[in-house]
Formats: sequence, C-alpha cells, structure tokens
Amino acid sequence: MAEPPAYARPQPGTQPPYLYPDYASTVKRSPTRPLIRFEHTLSEITGPSFSSGWAGSSATDLTKQHKGEPLGERIIVTGRILDENDRPIPNTLVELWQCNAAGRYHHPVDQHEAPLDPNFTGAGQAYTDAEGRYRFITIKPGAYPWRNAPNAWRPAHLHFGVFGGGFVTRLITQMYFPGDPLLQYDPIYQSTADEAARTRLIAGYDPNLSEAEWALGYAFDMVLRGRDATPFEGRD
Amino acid sequence: MADKLIATPGQTVGPFFALGLDRPEWADMTRGNPQGQRITIEGQVLDGDGAPVPDAVIELWQANAAGRYDHVEDTQADRKIDPNFHGFGRVATDAQGRFKVTTIKPGAVPGRGNALQAPHINVAFFARGLLRQLQTRIYFADEAANAADPLLSSIEDAGVRQTLLARPDGSGAYRFDFVLQGKDETAFLDI
Repeated sequence: MAEPPAYARPQPGTQPPYLYPDYASTVKRSPTRPLIRFEHTLSEITGPSFSSGWAGSSATDLTKQHKGEPLGERIIVTGRILDENDRPIPNTLVELWQCNAAGRYHHPVDQHEAPLDPNFTGAGQAYTDAEGRYRFITIKPGAYPWRNAPNAWRPAHLHFGVFGGGFVTRLITQMYFPGDPLLQYDPIYQSTADEAARTRLIAGYDPNLSEAEWALGYAFDMVLRGRDATPFEGRD
Repeated sequence: MADKLIATPGQTVGPFFALGLDRPEWADMTRGNPQGQRITIEGQVLDGDGAPVPDAVIELWQANAAGRYDHVEDTQADRKIDPNFHGFGRVATDAQGRFKVTTIKPGAVPGRGNALQAPHINVAFFARGLLRQLQTRIYFADEAANAADPLLSSIEDAGVRQTLLARPDGSGAYRFDFVLQGKDETAFLDI
C-alpha cells in the first residue's frame, strides 16, 4: 500500500492548550510531559464511519421528544462540516447536547438551582448530507454558574461532537451565540489564543434561516483537520 | 495554503457529556460477534493528585483480528474486512474513575515504509478539564511484536514506554490505567 496522506497539524494558537490555569480544572488534568510526535499511519488516517446507521437513527428536533413543547426561544442551528481545504464531509455523525432554557442539564451531576424542563432532554444527533450539511431544531440554552472562580458563569452554548474522515479529525467543541457578554469572561472560550480560530466558535445569526412566527436561525459551520496539501511535508 | 480554512478549536467535553455521548452498549465492541480473541480492558483514570477522574470519556478505534481497519482508505488486499466488527468503541468512567471495555485483540497493521505496527488500539481521551482530546495508544504487554513497533521503539525511556502497555490480568483480561500527571504519567501523542 502507498504511504497514507497525512492530516495537517494545527497552526500555532488555533487550538486551545492543555494547560490553561484560568480554567482551573486543567491544572491537575493536563499532561506535563511533552507529547510524543508521531507521523500518521493507517491507524490515524482511518476512523469510524457511521453512514450505515450503526449509531442509530437521527434525532434532529429536540423540541419534539416529549409530550409538550419545551420552554425557551425556539432556534434552528444549521451549517456544514468542512475540512480545512473547504471540502464538505458527507455522512458523518454530529452529536449534540445542551442544557435547557433555564441553564440546567438533564444530568444527575448538575445541581444548579434552576428548574428541569419535563419537555426537554437536550440531546440529539444528525448525519451530514452530501454537502456536509446538518440541521437541528432546539431551544436556546441558558447561561449557568460554575465553580471555576467566584461568581463565574458559562455563556450559553451547545456541545457538539463530530467525527470526520479519520480518527485524528475527531472534534468535540462548543457553539456560542453572537453578542454574548459572558464570552469575554469565559476561560474555556478564551483559551484559544488565535482570534480568527476562536471566533469560529460563535454562530452567526442569519435572518434567512429564521422561520417567520416560529424560530430564530443560526449558522454554524465546523471545520475539521484537512489533508496536508504539500506532498512532501510530514514525510520522514 | 493561504486559502485554507482555520479548523474549529476543540472545547472541553465538560461534566455533562453523558447526556449526549453515553451509549453504554458501545463499551462492548464485540456485540456484533466478530472473529478474534475476546479481551477486556479495565482500568482507572487518575489526575495529578492521584484522585479518580469520574468524568472522562474514552474513545477507541482499532483494526479487526486480521489487522484491517473498517475504513475506505485501508485497501490491504490480503486482509479482509470483518462485517461483524466496526472497530469503534466508547466508554465513560464511573464515580471511581473506572472503566471497562470488551473487544477483540486487533491484528498487527502496516506502519510507514515497510514497518509493521504491533497490535494496538487508538485512543481519544476526553474529560472535564481537557480543552481538547488527548491521544494515545493501548498496546499489549504480552505481545512479541512490540519490540519492533515503530512508536514504542521511538520512546527511549523504558518507564514512559511501559505506560502504553496493557498488562495481562487473567484470561483475556488486561489492565490499563490513564494517569494524567506524575511519575506514571501516560505517554500522550502529538498526531
């Protein structure tokens, strides 16, 4: 077999560091030894494909999972999964989870004194179409307090997990909302030094995606690692 | 290269990932009844204080028993796809930071050049407090092919190399701990 074409490494500053003391939990959980650099083999460039439906059917409307409608601003979140070379990633699994409109997760660990919503679980999944597109209908999550620092609040966010073509393209990230005043105080958002990379995490409000009398539309593309474009880079 | 898009930064999986990611059946990668030797891998995740990490999620990706990945870019003609083995698994730690997966022992897979890589499982490791995943591999301590494995051979410090080896612990059972910091810190990869 020919040498597998490697995936490009992230440009400096475009991914968060492991140790970021403003986010206190990184201090005891980030590696202290240098990572071992290793050129890509079949093990790295292959990865799980879910196009066969192995992961179950899609669940893209989080407002229709219970008897009644959840409370909160109804939103449409849609976008494309692309690689760094602007190529769409079709048939890949997109997993979504979030808290409810009051800022409470449907999870036993979450003890924030905000109400659970019996009509909202906050989890869904989609498979991208041939153009790499996904679309969810949900409600806007609330901000919530966390114990990283006194009176610290997480900005409203959706959690997304995406696979892409290889095991090294795997991405778990968070989507934020434009104009949120909490972003400037949030160390998780701020941990990515490069501003252009960081602002990738903020969805765009798009009136063309909003549906009249019904839901607000947000556009959010996610860009996964792409192949190294220069044929000799990354070779031994 | 100038028109390349910037990749989306990772953000921590947070403490509530089970809501979206917990699929207990994915911890048994043999549920399709694949060919190969059944094994279990059990272990614990520990932080820099030696405290258990109860909110980690471990994803695994491996070749089948013949050493072939279920992926379009694995075109090895002499090793067949096992239609009953997908090769992907996921397991979350419990309140004591413990996890257990059931899978099959992967075959050796080609490396770069003419090298053969010893049997291994690729790992993406997520947790609250990790802004993006850590990546490593689980090898098997009782595997003779380890001696010629390109990654293991590249690690000069034997103590560090040991952290990538799952230890036999009874019939078909292996033990592998993820130690995030300290003397026994697991070797993580820049890939």
